[in-house]
Amino acid sequence: MTTERIHVFKRFERFWHWSQAALIIFMMVSGFEVHGAYKLLGFKSAVELHTIAAWSLITLWVFAVFWHFTTGEWKQYIPTMEKVDAMFKYYLTGIFTHVPHPFRQTTLTKHNPLQRLAYLFFMLVISPVIWFSGWFYLFYADWSAWGVDKYLSLEWVAFFHTTGAFMILIFFIAHIYLATAGHTPLAHIKAMITGWEEV
Amino acid sequence: MSSRTRIALSALVAGAALAVLTAFATTAPAPVVAAKPGAAGTTAPAVPAATGEKKESISTADHSKFKELQKEFKSGPEVTKACLTCHTEAAKQIQKTQHWTWEFLNPDTKQTLGKKHIINNFCTAVESNQKFCTACHIGYGWEDQKFDFTKQENVDCLVCHESTGTYRKIPGLSGHPPYKDMEFPPHTGKIVKAPDLAKVAQSVGKTSRANCGACHFYGGGGDAVKHGDLDSTLKNPGKYLDIHMDKKGLNFTCGTCHMTAGHKVPGSRYAPTAADIKDAAPHLRGKMVTTNPATCQACHGAKPHPAKMARLNDHTSKLACQTCHIPEYARGQPTKMSWDWSTAGKLTPEGKPFKVQGSDGHDAYDSKKGNFTWESHVIPEYIWFNGKVDYTLSDTKLDPTKVVQINRFEGSPNDGKSLIWPVKVFHGQQPYDTVNKTLIVPHTFGADDSAYWTNFDWDKSLAEGMKVAGIPYSGQYGFVKTEMSWPITHMVAPKADALSCAQCHSKNGRLKGVQGIYMPGRDSNKMLDIFGWGIALLALIGVLIHGGIRIITRKHEG
Repeated sequence: MTTERIHVFKRFERFWHWSQAALIIFMMVSGFEVHGAYKLLGFKSAVELHTIAAWSLITLWVFAVFWHFTTGEWKQYIPTMEKVDAMFKYYLTGIFTHVPHPFRQTTLTKHNPLQRLAYLFFMLVISPVIWFSGWFYLFYADWSAWGVDKYLSLEWVAFFHTTGAFMILIFFIAHIYLATAGHTPLAHIKAMITGWEEV
Repeated sequence: MSSRTRIALSALVAGAALAVLTAFATTAPAPVVAAKPGAAGTTAPAVPAATGEKKESISTADHSKFKELQKEFKSGPEVTKACLTCHTEAAKQIQKTQHWTWEFLNPDTKQTLGKKHIINNFCTAVESNQKFCTACHIGYGWEDQKFDFTKQENVDCLVCHESTGTYRKIPGLSGHPPYKDMEFPPHTGKIVKAPDLAKVAQSVGKTSRANCGACHFYGGGGDAVKHGDLDSTLKNPGKYLDIHMDKKGLNFTCGTCHMTAGHKVPGSRYAPTAADIKDAAPHLRGKMVTTNPATCQACHGAKPHPAKMARLNDHTSKLACQTCHIPEYARGQPTKMSWDWSTAGKLTPEGKPFKVQGSDGHDAYDSKKGNFTWESHVIPEYIWFNGKVDYTLSDTKLDPTKVVQINRFEGSPNDGKSLIWPVKVFHGQQPYDTVNKTLIVPHTFGADDSAYWTNFDWDKSLAEGMKVAGIPYSGQYGFVKTEMSWPITHMVAPKADALSCAQCHSKNGRLKGVQGIYMPGRDSNKMLDIFGWGIALLALIGVLIHGGIRIITRKHEG
């Protein structure tokens, strides 16, 4: 099998990925502290830094959304069911018996079908849950001015925000692990740093 | 250095050291000897003269130049008559107030309250004990039910307006100061001097902290007994104790907040303003306001924290300012926390009453009153409070199997009128009628043979107290546990000492028992936590197993 190097991750995309990774990890750490799971930064610092990180991530996302639409990269996330079963089969058995990966990356299709579904789920389900609940959490004092205090309770806003946080944590665990499932354990990670992937 | 100079030097050093030591030896004991105001216990103590350098008065009247006051006064009422020659409306104003009537009709609950009517769990009740209790009445001569509340010269102007610190009303004199030197408390050898009434009258001015404090710091029968946030340390407080009254800082008097007009003092614990959060700057000059000027919000508004601490403003719809800004009460000296009347009456083998001092120097036992406990730097209890207080009065049926709430603070997280308030809860055990199931008015003070403090006979004391008060009494008594709540609102700490976030936002924080709010850090949905952490753990185990198999299968290949 011939290998060839393709440039899959542009410079902005890599910057976006790693800064987002840092922010999300930090928000998990500070967020679960606010939730009362442990003491690390101190409640006050955890709240303040979590808020700052949230605004930073919002800013980053504004740029990322703009980038995806201007470059047409958003098309990478259009879902497909093609080869999804093959991907499952690969992760369940093929990966152990070293059969060839059922998906071949190109610059136009840099995500495998499972990735596409997972990232779409992240964007359409997890993100709205965490962002909407987080937004109301942050602007708790303005509920009455907005006229929503009759419909919201902090208990439920916190419930959904925590639900979103757990989904991100689970996504994060799977994501980190699957990042090692390239043709060598570090291949995907190197690609995310350098932009180049061997296919 | 020659040996001679060495000797001279060491002599010099030794001499200097000796001089320093002597100086310390003579000055050190001074504070110990210094009189401790209010140490005498159940007294309305002397008002000390204003300390510190004397400021130039801004008043347009120097009362020492008034010829009406330049004569010898034989009694308090005589002084009042002199006051009224100019201040023609003053007594009429006073006579309309709670300070005079000791009566308060709660417009909300329709209960008739006030010192004249309620039975508390400190000294319990005024009725039949007026001669003693009215040392804190702003009048002269209220010794029994025949007191004339309409007589203008019965009003005591001096106790609130004099500034010499020599005018002191003694319990037992029905509101009069001593007109000749007397021993007080009895059998202690301490002499209370009769004040020079002319000098006292000439000293009058605006009411100071010490004037209000002469009674309000000593409520419940002694310094710091009752409130926990009002005691003699507020006469000359530092910044630590009270950010507003700080002698070297804002130097507020009581009246700066309790903004008095026409002798009507606003701010009442019978009908407190629990939530005052509607307006941003309610007491702007020129604005017609009828709201309580003594609340924090009256000056600070509803969103008092600056923009960089805006999140703190998110708390003002649920928390009283006092909850964070008065982190502890009794920060100046210990306050009484409990009073058990049921153990009163133990006497020495000679049949004399006695006192036992606790380790902190405060009375732990007094034959006249029973057992006490004292605490300082007390963390308040926190409750939802909407300003409505419901009293157990002399005709309220009580349930002796439960702790009787002398005053029940109402409130709920959902009524839209409550905030979380800090309170002092004072625990008592006091006599009640076991047949009629009511609290009892004991007759404690007097030279007669039924007064408890003279004869230590509950049967006689309770029968007499109830007879005078006109309340039915079966003659059967027991002791019931009682609780009385006091809102904590004075002694506001500097902002650096306010509660920090985690003191409440944690699993075992201050607001642990307060229901009806979701507090991040304290609360969470238990099911969600189990599912969330559970699935995350399963995911972790899953990837570890998957990865493990990958490593094993690779090794087999190798």
